[in-house]
Amino acid sequence: MSTLELIGLTKRFSGRPVVNDVSLSVADGEFVCILGPSGCGKSTTLRMIGGFEEATQGDVRIDGASVLDLPPNRRPTAMVFQKYTLWPHMRVAENIAFGLGLRGLPRTEIEREVKQSLALVGLSGYDRRYPAQLSGGEQQRVALARALVLKPKLLLLDEPFSNLDALLRVRLREELHAIQRRIQITAVFVTHDQEEALSLADRIAVMNAGRLEQLDTPDQIYARPRTLFVADFIGQMNLLPATLEDGRLRLGRHVLPAPERLPGNMPLTVAVRPEDLAVVAPNRETDPGTLWQARIDQAIDLGHYRKILAFAPGLFVDAQAAGTVRLKIYAPKHFNAREGDPLWLRPDRYLVYPGGMAPIEIRQPLVAADHSASAIVM
Amino acid sequence: MTADVLVSSLADGRAPRRAPALARTLVRQAPGVFFLVFLAIIVIGPMLSVVLWAFAETWWYPALVPNTWGLKYWGETLARADIRSALPLSIGLAAAVTALSAAICLPAAYAFARLRFPFRQPLLLSFLATNAFPRFGLYVSIAVVFFKLDLVGTLQGVALIQLVNTLLLMIWIPTSAFQGVDRALEEAALDVGASRLRVFIQITLPMVLPALSAALLLTFVSTFYEAQGALIIGIPRVVTMPVLMYSIINSQVIVQYGAVISLILWLPSFVLLGLVQRFVRGGTMAAGFGV
Repeated sequence: MSTLELIGLTKRFSGRPVVNDVSLSVADGEFVCILGPSGCGKSTTLRMIGGFEEATQGDVRIDGASVLDLPPNRRPTAMVFQKYTLWPHMRVAENIAFGLGLRGLPRTEIEREVKQSLALVGLSGYDRRYPAQLSGGEQQRVALARALVLKPKLLLLDEPFSNLDALLRVRLREELHAIQRRIQITAVFVTHDQEEALSLADRIAVMNAGRLEQLDTPDQIYARPRTLFVADFIGQMNLLPATLEDGRLRLGRHVLPAPERLPGNMPLTVAVRPEDLAVVAPNRETDPGTLWQARIDQAIDLGHYRKILAFAPGLFVDAQAAGTVRLKIYAPKHFNAREGDPLWLRPDRYLVYPGGMAPIEIRQPLVAADHSASAIVM
Repeated sequence: MTADVLVSSLADGRAPRRAPALARTLVRQAPGVFFLVFLAIIVIGPMLSVVLWAFAETWWYPALVPNTWGLKYWGETLARADIRSALPLSIGLAAAVTALSAAICLPAAYAFARLRFPFRQPLLLSFLATNAFPRFGLYVSIAVVFFKLDLVGTLQGVALIQLVNTLLLMIWIPTSAFQGVDRALEEAALDVGASRLRVFIQITLPMVLPALSAALLLTFVSTFYEAQGALIIGIPRVVTMPVLMYSIINSQVIVQYGAVISLILWLPSFVLLGLVQRFVRGGTMAAGFGV
């Protein structure tokens, strides 16, 4: 049984669609992240679920029943906001108890619930403090406790950690993950941070320009992005224009095996993850047309690996693209790369996007790849 | 020795290298301390003089304090029938005008802060108009209108004209206070199940209370002291304390009368300030003014 269902949810602000025909369902106990760039409509979607924005069209159902007619205070949802929203004139315990008090719970029970929820977020003993005496991270934990204490059917989180510094953000993310797994609450989490989404979510809903681009597990989102937007937005991706020629893909001077049943006369895009671009030593026996020749423009040390940016003018017909588009490649830390060095690359796995359609994945038969530095430096 | 170090270092423009902590603190705090003393002299000085005069029966020139102390003028002042009727009238009038002003202005301020409607900005600025021009002319022309409406010399007439004066303060301060309450705080309360009314009473109102009490206090006090409007619209039948004070001072040049009435006029402000202080913890009153 799905806890939350969005059906053709649409929001227009003075005619302009901000959220456009979004449908998705969230299963009981599932953690779904809505991920997208700023202005993509993800927060508006969440606010429509919480009741803070009215839907122009479509429906929001919780446990099968439409909640569109209910104001936020009567919806079985609880929200953690991006801003710090603890009420400054109330102590931590009063903040958490506020909602319980409205439900007319007896005093002793309220006290017990407050203690429990503070313990859950690791802030036992903070009940007498005022919000101004807490750090940003502590305030957001109290906000989480305040939402969880009401035992909502659905927990909504609107970029709750984006005002925190990077380290704290990661720590709170892990804590939230642990809490969610422990109490098995259904949650929708909005973020623009893909790392956050990939590490927290059971499934990710990627939104762009008001539309739902893809709803899938983090694995699938990364491995098989369904649209070019998702391919570009999630992780690093090399996007290369291609044409179909004699049953093969042509990219500039190079050719690649093409998938069968590819509709002709369509702009094609080949998408290769940096980790799927193998750095190889040139071998006269292999078809020279299949190896891509590139020249290192920049090598960036990222700790345990190096990110290499390289020009590969042979891949492009367009002279301007040839001079500006840089391939992204990952190389081992010991890889000896200097600016201007030549490189030979072999795409082991790539996705072909015909027009606006779902991609077709191609894996090249693995030739013994040689990643050792000595083999590459000429 | 410390003074020498200070002087020499001040002379060549460098910070004293080995001046003791106390001297350094003094140097750093000197402008502040100086300003405080200056403020005390110009604020407390005249007040002190008024207090002394109120309890002086005789005070001749070279003496630093009154020659004879006594409550003679208090007795005389409080015995006057006009004062006995003017004091409760003034307090009641000021309270009524403040309450009326709050009833009108606070919802308006909430609307200004929370709603977007046409001409919002010009409307907000229009309240400045009553304070931007000389009031006397305004009052005279209003008096002409009031005369036709039979409002001259009535309590309602005075209350109306004093109400106009309070609008600016009672709308601007609460508007900025309501604007200062983050909407997300209200949404969070709505989210945990509070009705809109409860959100207003339990979340919004407590957060703006310092600013609101500042506005109420200022409104009450300024209405209580208001003399021009009351003078023009109210006489001869409605005589408030400040109006009475004008006439007493004009008719008899006895400083003690003025001093005693001044003290009586101050009393409500002090009492109110004491009450308000319970809501207003350090600095929040200033925050109410957007400082």
